[in-house]
Amino acid sequence: MTEANAGAIDRTTTAAPRRKRRIRWSAVVDHAVLIVGSLFMMLPLLMVLQMTTVPDVEVIKTGPSLTIGDQLPVNFEKAMFEASGFSGQNTGLNMLKNSFILGIGFALGKILIGMMAAYAIVYFRMRFASLAFWVIFTTLLLPLEVRILPSYEVVQKLGMLNTYQGLIIPLIASATATFFFRQFFRSVPEELVEAARIDGAGPVKFFIDILVPLSRTMIAAMFIIMFVYGWNQYLWPTMITTEEDMFTLVRGIKQITQVLEGNRIPEYGRANLLAIIAIIPPVLVVIFFQNWFVKGLTESDK
Amino acid sequence: MAQVSLKNIRKVYPNGAEALTPSSFDIGDGEFVVLVGPSGCGKSTLLRMVAGLEEITEGELTINGRVMNDVDPADRDIAMVFQNYALYPHMTVRKNIAYGLKNRKTPKHVIEQKVAEAAAMLNLNEYLDRKPSQLSGGQRQRVAMGRAIVRDPALFLFDEPLSNLDAKLRNQMRIEIKALQRRLGVTSIYVTHDQVEAMTMADRIIVMNAGRIEQIGTPAEIYHRPASTFVASFMGAPPMNLVQARLDGGRVMINGDTVLGAAEGSGAVTVGIRPEDVVLAADGGLLFHVDLVEELGAHRLLHGRLGDQEFTIHVGKDIEAIPGEVRVALKADAINLFHPETGKAL
Repeated sequence: MTEANAGAIDRTTTAAPRRKRRIRWSAVVDHAVLIVGSLFMMLPLLMVLQMTTVPDVEVIKTGPSLTIGDQLPVNFEKAMFEASGFSGQNTGLNMLKNSFILGIGFALGKILIGMMAAYAIVYFRMRFASLAFWVIFTTLLLPLEVRILPSYEVVQKLGMLNTYQGLIIPLIASATATFFFRQFFRSVPEELVEAARIDGAGPVKFFIDILVPLSRTMIAAMFIIMFVYGWNQYLWPTMITTEEDMFTLVRGIKQITQVLEGNRIPEYGRANLLAIIAIIPPVLVVIFFQNWFVKGLTESDK
Repeated sequence: MAQVSLKNIRKVYPNGAEALTPSSFDIGDGEFVVLVGPSGCGKSTLLRMVAGLEEITEGELTINGRVMNDVDPADRDIAMVFQNYALYPHMTVRKNIAYGLKNRKTPKHVIEQKVAEAAAMLNLNEYLDRKPSQLSGGQRQRVAMGRAIVRDPALFLFDEPLSNLDAKLRNQMRIEIKALQRRLGVTSIYVTHDQVEAMTMADRIIVMNAGRIEQIGTPAEIYHRPASTFVASFMGAPPMNLVQARLDGGRVMINGDTVLGAAEGSGAVTVGIRPEDVVLAADGGLLFHVDLVEELGAHRLLHGRLGDQEFTIHVGKDIEAIPGEVRVALKADAINLFHPETGKAL
């Protein structure tokens, strides 16, 4: 008995110093709050994940449960490679491809346009440069939703419906990116420009050789924000793409649950798995680039 | 190597402020000219106009006889060293130095050779593959020098290159820059607000004030024969003593005592005398009331009053000094006379 007690004590307290380790209650409370918080945030995801593993009938019958079924591979197969809709072209893989093209094109386009606009505003002695900037800035008050009808008409008249250009180009003018790059360029010391001028670097060379490398953390930060923003576009792709092979993931998922041929049960497992797949790329981008992201927004290596 | 000539160069900013009144001077081949003056006097503006970074409002700038007013900075055959070095932070030292050459489409092997030469000259060999952020201030300044050297320019321009360094390093770099300039024999214009740098480095000094050139001369001329009270008080530490005096019957008198026997004119006059040109006199001379003794090791400075005017004298370290009254005499040949109102030398 005594031995068992001693053993128990030994296990609970740390070996050598027989001092009781003080429990810092504030740390416990902090962690408890964080753990509860993250569980709360993850719960919907876990529910969705659970529903992809059980047959669709189960979802209808019991809703979310704790059962983990064996349907995940089947649903994955269906989600990625089986077409929904009529044309047979909007497989998950195809939608994933479209989403990537939209996300990357959107992010790169915004960065390119924003950088060039900021470059013009900061470095060239234009008349009304600051007016131009503030006009660009006020477009923040005119998001896509406000101008969606004229934008749609322009795209339609240009014959860009159901094209990648139509998906991307109307969205890439960016006041946010212009603003961030303007602030960044203004903090680049003026002497660098002058040194480059004396070193024989013209405006294009200075931009490519000096300014772009200096802004790389900024570019990475912008890329994350804009990629996720582009990836998650819903309204614009819904308007612009009517052909199924142009659907993006975010736009296409809904269609799956909508398809009700006869009295079939909606394919919950498939749609939910697609939702999970749609979440993964933005998450990966954020995880891999977060270091750069923090650097870009806080550090200045000039 | 180059001769630089400025003819009535003027700078007016778009807001109407005149940064530089029409100024002219010539710089000879291989000469080291220092522009010195307080901040805002227009010296940097002048340098930047020579560099082509500021537009010249009026006047004509020629380098080696070629009018440069509208020539791009890259084509003026100049190299410039900036106050904060202006190194490209994302490039290694090697790339920093080579960048200008690369833009000029210099062949690769020539670039390599020149970079190697410059690095050897500036003791930068082991740092060639580092980024500027991994270098100390002095090393960064050397890289900036290297960037200037590899170009083999006709003209070096220095814009307060040492003001970001600590005092000790500044002294060392001062000597290095001067030695390098001697060795390369490149005409140089050097801007500083530090009169010690100006005195020690220059072949010729141009003292500027409020957008005007006050005086152009060798360091000795500037120091001993300042053209105005501004130059007298700006150059030298401590500055030249400036004392109100009277000119009467060919004699200059301070508080009724004659300090100089032969001068023309009459009325009020300002007497300028360097503290080291004042000697302690056994008897006679002027009564100087010492308020404070400043011990500098090699010598002492006695601050006090001559009558009711501030005055400083410089005595050797072997002369005991205590606050109180002493008699002093001014070396007659070291006395400068200035107009009491305009401050111009008479």
